[in-house]
Amino acid sequence: MSETEHIWIARDYSRCSGCRRCEIVCSLHHEGRIWPEASRIRVFMLVPGVEIPHLCVQCSDYPCVDACPVNALSINKQTEAVIVDKEKCTACGECIEACPGKIPYIHPAENYAVICDLCGGKPKCVEACEEGGWNALEIMKREDIPTLDLYAKTPEEITRNVIRKLYGEEWEEAV
Amino acid sequence: MRGYAGKFLEVNLSTGDIKELKFDDKILRQYIGGRGLAVKILWDRLGEKWETVDPLGPENILLMLTGPLTGFAPGARLCVSGKSPQSNGIVGSTLATEMAIDLKCAGYDGIIFTGESEKPVYLFIKDSDVQIKDASHIWGKDSKETLKILVKEGREELEGRYKRHGLWKDPSAVYIGPAGENKSRLAIVAAKWVHAAGYGGYGAVMGSKKLKAVVVKGTGPLPEVDDMERTIKVAEEIVKANFERTVFRRWGTGYAGYDVGAGLSSEPVRNWQDEWHDEKSFGVDQFERVWIKPYWGDFGCPITCLKLAVIKSGPLKGAITDNPDYENQAYLGTNLGIFTPEGNVYMTALIDDLGLCGIQTGNVLGFAGELYQRGILTKEDLDGLDLKWGNVEAFASLAKMIAERRGIGDILAEGTYRAALKISEMKGVDVLKYAVISKGIGIGAHGIRSGEDYPGYESYVCSVQGGDHTSVARLPIDHENSELRSILYDSGVFCWFNFFNVKARDLLWPLIEAVTGWKITPEDWFGTTARRILHIQRALLLLGGPDAKWTPKKDDDLPPRWYEPLPSGPHKGKAADVEKMKEMRSEYYEAVGWDENGIPKSEELRRLGLDDVDKRLESLRRSI
Repeated sequence: MSETEHIWIARDYSRCSGCRRCEIVCSLHHEGRIWPEASRIRVFMLVPGVEIPHLCVQCSDYPCVDACPVNALSINKQTEAVIVDKEKCTACGECIEACPGKIPYIHPAENYAVICDLCGGKPKCVEACEEGGWNALEIMKREDIPTLDLYAKTPEEITRNVIRKLYGEEWEEAV
Repeated sequence: MRGYAGKFLEVNLSTGDIKELKFDDKILRQYIGGRGLAVKILWDRLGEKWETVDPLGPENILLMLTGPLTGFAPGARLCVSGKSPQSNGIVGSTLATEMAIDLKCAGYDGIIFTGESEKPVYLFIKDSDVQIKDASHIWGKDSKETLKILVKEGREELEGRYKRHGLWKDPSAVYIGPAGENKSRLAIVAAKWVHAAGYGGYGAVMGSKKLKAVVVKGTGPLPEVDDMERTIKVAEEIVKANFERTVFRRWGTGYAGYDVGAGLSSEPVRNWQDEWHDEKSFGVDQFERVWIKPYWGDFGCPITCLKLAVIKSGPLKGAITDNPDYENQAYLGTNLGIFTPEGNVYMTALIDDLGLCGIQTGNVLGFAGELYQRGILTKEDLDGLDLKWGNVEAFASLAKMIAERRGIGDILAEGTYRAALKISEMKGVDVLKYAVISKGIGIGAHGIRSGEDYPGYESYVCSVQGGDHTSVARLPIDHENSELRSILYDSGVFCWFNFFNVKARDLLWPLIEAVTGWKITPEDWFGTTARRILHIQRALLLLGGPDAKWTPKKDDDLPPRWYEPLPSGPHKGKAADVEKMKEMRSEYYEAVGWDENGIPKSEELRRLGLDDVDKRLESLRRSI
């Protein structure tokens, strides 16, 4: 992949089946175990039927990287994904605060922030989602997406959007 | 012990004591988990006094158990059990819920509830931190409202406790609605609005214990397995085998509301007065107009056969449910003379909200509908409801009366069998002949008269779970729909829908070995392990009590309705034949090691090391 063709994971929440196979393959890849609470992609279900896969959007200005007080976060040149240096990270939570979507979180067993690394350019979650024909996740060219920063939203914000589409506007108050 | 978290929780709701316990390897190898282990626990703890244990009293034990394959076999489920307030035996009742995953990730294979609380409570588990919390503010709330509060409180508690963690995913929950609180024997243990452990009536057991919900957040990985590489390899092959089932994935069981009636003549229509219909308004193409998701499912499921349905306009606007699936299409549709997707989705969503079982409630509503048709129940009996077939509003009102135990609802809340006895007494006519049940359990929506559907004569007659269509007796004993196979799915604990095709079914044995390290062969399973579980279930079903008791052989029979000829359709005139039933019943008894009255034989029990069960059955054998 050339430096000008970086990938981005587009998400169509209303197609998410809630099967959580993305969490399974992600945690197997990164942890060698089936471990939903340590998956880099997390499926929130604040309301049944409104499943929200939540993962890093690689914002154009990387506020999390800027916010890290110990330089534990860096941007991989090849993929433009955020890479967490587990040794340096103190799990202070500044990156979570800085993230507009509050996407990073602290690993359940170790002392570092968990952020999607795009599996080095071939994300397992997308493979699983495409293989099953759900297509809630899809690979796009990052350079083609004008305002991907807008996708860095909290599960609550996204749920309110999607629930309106699925169940109708009167349901927005439910979140 | 691979595949297991390694410990269980025991919660005494009378005293508030919470402790951890373990089962040794031998017991787990013999009884696996879920349904099998439930049978063992209930036998050990209540077997001696079974006949006197009130299913809705403090002596009953409520079990929520996973199995070693939960989370590894595609399609995770939780098994709920205890002494059933429907059959007075044991039902292994499973439901799809991420709670099974959270529980294992919290370090527990299951929860054993004893006693009963004085005030409404719920259990909150965050890994090894287990608390009994007040549920007074949730008591009385319907399913949707209950889950909303539980998720909100759970996340607030986690975020308050772990300030630097970041956002917490919703904890998972199982819970009851108003029907369970009011101890209706038709009450479910619910999850995610639409999922239900329905058969058995364990929502009423939770209600009797004043246990509103169990909420879990487990942050660890799933347990270690014997061979991780092989586990993932075999599990992925099962996943791929299910991707090939394109038709089932595309429509789920949603096509069946029309097709089982029109095609197979085995769908309950107006309380099983017919099993055929040709109502094209109930076709799956019509249902598609209310579907809003192409696929919906639960943890690890490759099929995701559910289709979320929403009514967005008209007088029934606002109803939301899954699909609905075939059972609900039949029991809350055709069985009530309702033949529109909107009417059916509305009824199903209401039943979900009330915490009632779609099958059991549809069975008793259909029964009441027939009594109204025959003039046995009148408008006065029904608080003015005009319970004519297809009247959605009237059936919906009656469902609410059942959940709240108002008026005639108080009688119908006892389930079709008990309601039939009561109404026969009230009206001085035998109405038990209109009850389509087996051992106190309303029969699933697959009839046998046409001979076209998957159950046979022996299915509901010999099942240790009565009318449960997910656990039917079938010959030969290793038949693809054998009850001994259901015991494997319910003890493993995972979804049988992922094992419909031969390829996936054959991969199950290597998967069990990869996860647990146990070489369980089909010979061992059908000849030994499953038989132990089956026999104890049969023994306790026959011991029964205190309010209902089944006579061996005599109560192993088809509902009277099925001896009547089908009145219409391509199978018009076909009826069940009593001699054929007797023949199949005897063959089944013989095949599984039961005597001519259906009581497990001494030598069979002793062969399996169940000498204590054998001894317990002595007086029953003598009484015949």
